[in-house]
This record gives sequence, structure tokens and C-alpha cells, in this order.
Amino acid sequence: MNRAYEKTFSVEGDNFDNAGTASIEIKKILKDLRIDEDVLRKTAIAVYESELNIISYARSGNITLYVDDDTINIDVEDEGPGIEDIDLAMQPGYSTATEHIRQMGFGAGMGLYNIKSCSDLFEISSTPNVGTHLKIIIKRNGR
Amino acid sequence: MKLRHLVERLDLGVLCGEDKLESEVNGGYVGDLLSDVMANSSKGNIWITRQSHQNIIAVASLREHAAIILALGKKPDDDTIEKATREGIPVLATDRPGFEIAGQVYALLSNDRSFRAGTES
Ligand SMILES: Nc1ncnc2c1ncn2[C@@H]1O[C@H](COP(=O)(O)OP(=O)(O)OP(=O)(O)O)[C@@H](O)[C@H]1O
Ligand SMILES: [Mg+2]
Repeated sequence: MNRAYEKTFSVEGDNFDNAGTASIEIKKILKDLRIDEDVLRKTAIAVYESELNIISYARSGNITLYVDDDTINIDVEDEGPGIEDIDLAMQPGYSTATEHIRQMGFGAGMGLYNIKSCSDLFEISSTPNVGTHLKIIIKRNGR
Repeated sequence: MKLRHLVERLDLGVLCGEDKLESEVNGGYVGDLLSDVMANSSKGNIWITRQSHQNIIAVASLREHAAIILALGKKPDDDTIEKATREGIPVLATDRPGFEIAGQVYALLSNDRSFRAGTES
């Protein structure tokens, strides 16, 4: 690829009917860019869990995909309640998901942990009552 | 193993994806927690669940599952089938519990060359 690729997707809080739409679109873009299988898998997991956290907890947010020759970069920024205790939120199994959210199969408390596992670089920052920002970088193998 | 073979042997209802029954199934995963299924299932798996909300389709599409089996007589929401058709994910149905179905899928697949036990993550 000679040119970097960039696109931003907006995600609406509480809209579970469209959950996964941004992730599916991002995966299609990466497939067209012939990103290899394992990188595709890691990116799909990281983007999906990010998208679902915006929908589950925030009012709205943006996911920006940036692809260059060496890396997949995903920036996730939302406006919402933010996270009071990030270390706690990162722990597998910790969840504040409501009953409504759990009934749909979310709320295992695995999302952030899985994003981190799939990332070569993962940074999370959050301001209570303002919002949360994730910076995710996944290296493209063999490049 | 061809999806069609599993459908016939397990007597599964085909709710959508009739045109995808020639695709290959290489293993399976059982789960009702979407972030668990996202992380631990594999491409080409058949996913056995009792979740019937349309959110299961995005998961199956992103992980490129061969099909979803709704166990224990779970009826999908209308928009689940609509979305599945759009994403090309076959949705299959059975009245029997997930444990039984998983056991039978495993038994049939374990004789198959394409079968990969366990998960790759
Ligand atoms: N964008 C966000 N804004 C506010 N709180 C968040 C956000 N993302 C995560 N959290 C908090 O961190 C907790 C853990 O998030 P994580 O994604 O790991 O698990 P979960 O969403 O609860 O369940 P799962 O992702 O397994 O379905 C959430 O329950 C929530 O309290
Ligand atoms: Mg989550």
C-alpha cells in the first residue's frame, strides 16, 4: 500500500440495533486492503469491543481507523460517564452492565481485557463525566 | 465437514442461509457471552448458543462463523434473521439443549480431516 487509509465512524450510545455496524464495515475495509488473517482477527475483536462499550456506556463516540504500511491504528473517543477506576475496569470479570445489557449477552467484563490482549499498544485514559479515550495499535505482521 | 451434512445428521431447522450449506465447518464453540465468543471462537466454527437477539449476527460475521445453532428451541427475533440474511450467516434451530448438540457436532467432526480441536487465539 502506498497511501495511508483513514476513516472515522460515529457510534450512537444505547443503539443496540445497529451494534457491530462500524466493526463490520471496518473489517470489510481491511479485507479489501488485504490485511492478513491474524491481524484482521485482532482488529475485529478490538474494534467490536470498543464499539460495544460506547453503545453500552456512553452517549456517543467516534472510532477512527488509520492504516499505514506497518500498523493498524484505532482511536476510540466517547462522550459519556468516563471510568472512575481504570485498573478495576481493566480486570477480567469486572462489569457494571445493566440487566438489560446482560440479557443480550454482554457484560462478561471481558471487553477491555480482550482489546488489550489483541493490541501491540493499548492506552486508555478517561475523565469522569467527560468521556473515555482508547488508543490501540496493532502491528501488521511480516512487514 | 460440509454444513449440509451437520444439518441433515442433527435434523436442524434452517431459518436462513439455505444457499450457504455447502460451506465447511472446521470446529465449534458454545457460548452465550458475546465477548467470550468473540475472543475464543474461530473462523469456520459452528456457534451453539441460546442468545437470539440480533447482536449475535455481528459476532458471527466478524469471526466468520460457518453458522449459528440456536439451541433449546430459542426463537430468533425477526431482525436477527433479516440481519443474518444480509450478512450471509446461516441460522439453524433445534429444540434440543446445547450440550446434546455440542456432543453430536463434536462426534461427527472428530472423524473429519478439517477438524481442529481446541481454540486458536
Ligand atoms: N466507554 C466507557 N465509558 C464508561 N465506562 C466504561 C466504558 N468502557 C468500559 N467501561 C466500564 O468498564 C467496565 C468493564 O468494561 P469491559 O468492556 O471490560 O466489560 P463489559 O462491557 O462490562 O462486558 P463485556 O465487554 O465482556 O460485554 C464496564 O462494565 C464499565 O463499567
Ligand atoms: Mg465491554
